[in-house]
Amino acid sequence: MSATALPRAAVTRPVPVHTGPRVVLGDAVVVAGRNLRHLTRNPQLLVFATIQPVMFVLLFRYVFGGAIAVPGGSYVNYLMPGVFAQTVAFGAIATGVGLAEDLSKGLIDRFRSLPMARSAVLAGRTLADLVRNVGVVTLLVLVGMAVGFRVSNGVLALLGGLALLLLFGFALSWVFALVGLLTADAESAQAAAFPLLFPLTFASSAFVPVQSMPGWLQTFAANQPVTAVVDAIRALVLGGPAGSLVLKALAWSLGLLVIFVPLAVRRYRQSG
Amino acid sequence: MTSLAINAEGLVKAYGPVVALDGVDLAVPEGTVLGLLGPNGAGKTTAVRILTTLLRPDAGRAEIAGVDVVAHPQAARSLIGLAGQYAAVDELLTGRENLVMAGRLNHLGTSCAKQRADELLDRFGLSDAGGRTVKAYSGGMRRRLDLSVALVARPPVLFLDEPTTGLDPRSRTDLWEVIEELVGDGTTLLLTTQYLEEADRLADRIAVIDAGRVIARGTAAELKADLGATVVEVGFGDAATAGLAVEVVRPYGTLTGPDDSHRLQLTVNDGPHVLVQILRGLDAANLAPARLAVREPSLNDVFLSLTGRPAEPGADLVADANRSAA
Ligand SMILES: Nc1ncnc2c1ncn2[C@@H]1O[C@H](COP(=O)(O)OP(=O)(O)OP(=O)(O)O)[C@@H](O)[C@H]1O
Ligand SMILES: [Mg+2]
Repeated sequence: MSATALPRAAVTRPVPVHTGPRVVLGDAVVVAGRNLRHLTRNPQLLVFATIQPVMFVLLFRYVFGGAIAVPGGSYVNYLMPGVFAQTVAFGAIATGVGLAEDLSKGLIDRFRSLPMARSAVLAGRTLADLVRNVGVVTLLVLVGMAVGFRVSNGVLALLGGLALLLLFGFALSWVFALVGLLTADAESAQAAAFPLLFPLTFASSAFVPVQSMPGWLQTFAANQPVTAVVDAIRALVLGGPAGSLVLKALAWSLGLLVIFVPLAVRRYRQSG
Repeated sequence: MTSLAINAEGLVKAYGPVVALDGVDLAVPEGTVLGLLGPNGAGKTTAVRILTTLLRPDAGRAEIAGVDVVAHPQAARSLIGLAGQYAAVDELLTGRENLVMAGRLNHLGTSCAKQRADELLDRFGLSDAGGRTVKAYSGGMRRRLDLSVALVARPPVLFLDEPTTGLDPRSRTDLWEVIEELVGDGTTLLLTTQYLEEADRLADRIAVIDAGRVIARGTAAELKADLGATVVEVGFGDAATAGLAVEVVRPYGTLTGPDDSHRLQLTVNDGPHVLVQILRGLDAANLAPARLAVREPSLNDVFLSLTGRPAEPGADLVADANRSAA
């Protein structure tokens, strides 16, 4: 059976190829649906996504909060934007771990062998994170209200702050998408994520004023994205000049997206 | 004249210093089955990955029904179905959800995808399990689901990478029947396997691959005719007896051994007849065998006869151990 003994395909059929933004979006929605289903099937994911941030609210509100002095006086008001940011930041790990797991289990190969939009696997993942964040943040706002969180700038400002937050979470999902694709196994993705996220969330203005930290740490804390996003949300929700803070937070999120979306997509195309 | 559903010429692929494929040509006419037979590390999966657009070859070209897989991967993808070496199904989804998702990602449309999912669950005996999450499926059920996912879009060309490795004999036979049915419907199939028996049963033609090269091609009958249809094994209690027995059995077939356990192995064309003759000869020479066996030739025997060396020491055993651990 040598290759030359038989004729090449006599008829080269035109093969319809589905492309275009509608196909990308449609495929991404299918993938996102799959990932959101995971959330309901895997109790660990659900606990991680919901109970943990609620515990943080209670922990800081009732255990540590009394010992932390903040400008403006009300610690719970200071705290909630911090917990929001911490929640979406740690939530983004799910994208990295999930993608790494899909890679190691061969699911990515299966997706890559289908005539689906190439970018839909990553878009679907990050979209699912976004939808989950909407739910989790809503829950957090309600829990916050129950323990004394009050917004002083009206509902619109709160929604604006939350939009800023969701954009930041979406950007981080793409960062961790790349981490997941590079590590290619769930444990390593997890292991790579924590040393990245701990300094970002805790050496920030999320839980304590940056001014209370030693000088060298202040330099880092004052110039990193979590602080930028938390400060902007605080200004929006609690009052105070917000314009430049919002711009700074936007710049961080958009900057992360501009860098990490192409990197992740490129890596996805190469993987395997 | 039939046209080629799969046509690959001069495929080369290296991973760093490891040359996984070293110039492989494959041609599979529409509606036929090619068995790609080879031991661990031969390059089977690498070949499948190139043909299914997952990997770019370093050199050479490949077409699916005339569509170049490197130049037009997306078009090629709509012509193929792939069930990889390890079942790639979503454990947290139900069987049905896996199928519906695959249908929608193949752009079948939601209602059509659902209908197709039920059809396939039914066909693969998974109707009852269709509503359960895959986590609770047995290995055989996963394989069947994996195969049905590959079939969602009714691809004219199907790739199965070691579809039955790691399955128990019963599940293996079940899967063989399903595959035979598919082929009966006109699907072109490229199947990789480490089992000569499997290639023999399912494939119209076999390509034997070793260290990235095709070392033999033909129908199962042709390969076996080259090889001898049966293997007779005669074991002795000690080296001296085995040494003497060599002279007795040599005329009847292709001899290998004696090995460390004083065993002689003879590939012959007419097993039962030769067995009787060998026994008469041994009896006349007063040499009593300790063990006796007649069996079908294995991949290892094919290798022994083609290359003069075993496929890999204990290749099949190692493979099975790996699969059951995975
Ligand atoms: N991603 C990779 N990186 C480096 N080497 C690889 C990679 N994939 C395969 N190889 C090597 O290429 C060779 C061929 O591998 P391949 O997986 O194609 O073999 P196979 O015939 O499918 O084997 P098996 O029966 O074990 O599945 C082997 O030597 C293997 O170690
Ligand atoms: Mg393989």
